[in-house]
Amino acid sequence: MADERHAAAADAGTPEGPPLDRRQFVQFALAACGTASPVLVALTRLPAAAAQEAAADSTAESYDPTGHLYGMGIDISRCIGCGRCVAACKAENDVPMDAHHFNTWVERYTITADGEVTVESPNGGMDGFPEPEHNSELRRTFFVPKLCNHCANPPCVQVCPVGATFTTRDGVVLVDEKYCIGCRYCIQACPYGVRWFHPTKRVAAKCTLCYHRLVKGKVPACVEVCPTGARIFGEVEARATPLARFMRFNDVQVLKPHLNTRPKVYYASLDGEVR
Amino acid sequence: MQGYIYPNEFELQWGLLIVLYPYVTGLVAGAFILASLERVFNVKEVQPTYRLALLTALAFLLVAPLPLLGHLGHPERSYEIFLTPNRQSAMAMFGFVYAWYLAVVLLLEVWFEWRRDMVLWAQQSTGVRHWVYTALTLGATDLSERSLRFDDKAGRWITIIGIPSAFLLHGYVGFIFGSVKANPWWSSVLMPVVFLFSAIVSGIALVLILYIITSLIRSRPVDMPCVDKLATFLFYAMIVDVSLEALDFIHRLYESEESIEILAQMVESRLFISLIVLQLVLGTLVPLVLLGFFSPALRTSGRSRGADELRRLVYLVVAILVEIGIFSIRWNVVVGGQLFSKSLRGLTVYKVELLGQEGLAITLALLALPLFILWGLVKLIPPWSEARPSDAAAH
Repeated sequence: MADERHAAAADAGTPEGPPLDRRQFVQFALAACGTASPVLVALTRLPAAAAQEAAADSTAESYDPTGHLYGMGIDISRCIGCGRCVAACKAENDVPMDAHHFNTWVERYTITADGEVTVESPNGGMDGFPEPEHNSELRRTFFVPKLCNHCANPPCVQVCPVGATFTTRDGVVLVDEKYCIGCRYCIQACPYGVRWFHPTKRVAAKCTLCYHRLVKGKVPACVEVCPTGARIFGEVEARATPLARFMRFNDVQVLKPHLNTRPKVYYASLDGEVR
Repeated sequence: MQGYIYPNEFELQWGLLIVLYPYVTGLVAGAFILASLERVFNVKEVQPTYRLALLTALAFLLVAPLPLLGHLGHPERSYEIFLTPNRQSAMAMFGFVYAWYLAVVLLLEVWFEWRRDMVLWAQQSTGVRHWVYTALTLGATDLSERSLRFDDKAGRWITIIGIPSAFLLHGYVGFIFGSVKANPWWSSVLMPVVFLFSAIVSGIALVLILYIITSLIRSRPVDMPCVDKLATFLFYAMIVDVSLEALDFIHRLYESEESIEILAQMVESRLFISLIVLQLVLGTLVPLVLLGFFSPALRTSGRSRGADELRRLVYLVVAILVEIGIFSIRWNVVVGGQLFSKSLRGLTVYKVELLGQEGLAITLALLALPLFILWGLVKLIPPWSEARPSDAAAH
């Protein structure tokens, strides 16, 4: 983060860039001191400070993380499995286009009359789903979008040996890719399989709730493109927001509640077969 | 692939190198605990292996962090574990546990144990050797009776601190896995204890192998009471280890949680060779039967069955089988824990690559490296009793 800020400040100081304002100057001076003194570097990299730094993104300076607590609602009955959210996420967040790296994906559950359950997610559901293959009568099928649950009690943050993954003040779990050592303990610790290892950056990667968009007042890319409104983004604690309304008027559940991770992604119409 | 796995689970995150890591630290802890037996509990029979066990522990400990480093996505950032450790993270403690064990326990104990010899070697040699040994004594060249007594006392105290430290070192490795609640194959309070006892088993077996083979190389007779005793310890340690594993297994079956079906499928298919054949049959049952049949201490008559040569060969075979079995345990824990999906709906596969950062070639090299280091250590500070310099020559 210190490096990133340094780079941002340095960019701002180039002749092509806009002139330095006072805040940028202070940031630049701090970063310069930090480079000169290893002690200062260590201090500025402390995990607690990282959350503040994430919020102090120069592109959204007016953003105040203390006034928010983000979560997402997912209305399973509305998801049609088109996979546009998956494609949008990959494009927005520079996720490798192969079939094994996803911040979000969609699963299809097919339950036959005799109770047999089949779960599929071909290419993460990005290209939609083929007709289900089944020999007996179908009882029901449904789609379940999955993403990082941005747990209030995140096991991934607990296990990170260097504090490179952290929870922001507004409740988003992020990875500092300039700090992650690539041990992959967080990937093991996540019960939901939402973390992955970036093949070229060689660090842990995951859904950021499009944090770069949030600080500009926009919603995550997956929410924006969903044609049926199956993803509801917003404040968990505020009263008059779409997410708060969704949670009031639906019986919502979270995934794997017995693990006490306290997810902030809430599902309506969640079937017991979903894990 | 079989059934459904989360798309991100296709690649296994922890491969062969992470199998190697608990295996190597286990050997360290086990060899050290064996050495402590002689020192603290005064088991005279195993005395011929005391110094060899210490050097073995040191050689393997020096290599222990390498598989971890080799596995990191950014090894150049690994020092951050020391600078800004996340105190909630079990893994963040690695650096401190390791540094404590290496610097405070092993190096100090080796130094006190060999100080007298190093002083004498320094006095009796010339040239480079003289300077090397002089440097190793750190200037403490006093060989008075009082100072030698202090060496002995210090070594004893370090061993006493060292036993819980060895428990900590390997129990901690078990905790890294046992505390992952997301993973039903790992999450078990017994994990650190199972790790510890399997470590003791592997350490004893390793010293047994090294002692018999180095005796053959040096054309020295194998001290039969010593290897008989080692074999007995091996037998008892294995009984405890097997009992703990059986307890874990029965407990899982009896509780029969939601994961039991997929885990059973995994054991029957993906882990059949490594768990049933290698770990259970070849690595545990066969050695236990052979030891029970041949070890004189385990027979009511107290008499040994079979000639010394036969017994020696049996012990060697048993120890090698045990090492294969313990390596399989590490494999089954580390790789097994990633072969099933956390959706509990499917299994994936792990293909070991030959070359590459986590390939077979690097793993074999890292397994051979401690043996080379041990060879160097043995040349530098020989652990053999006949290599000890006599006082007479010094005066």
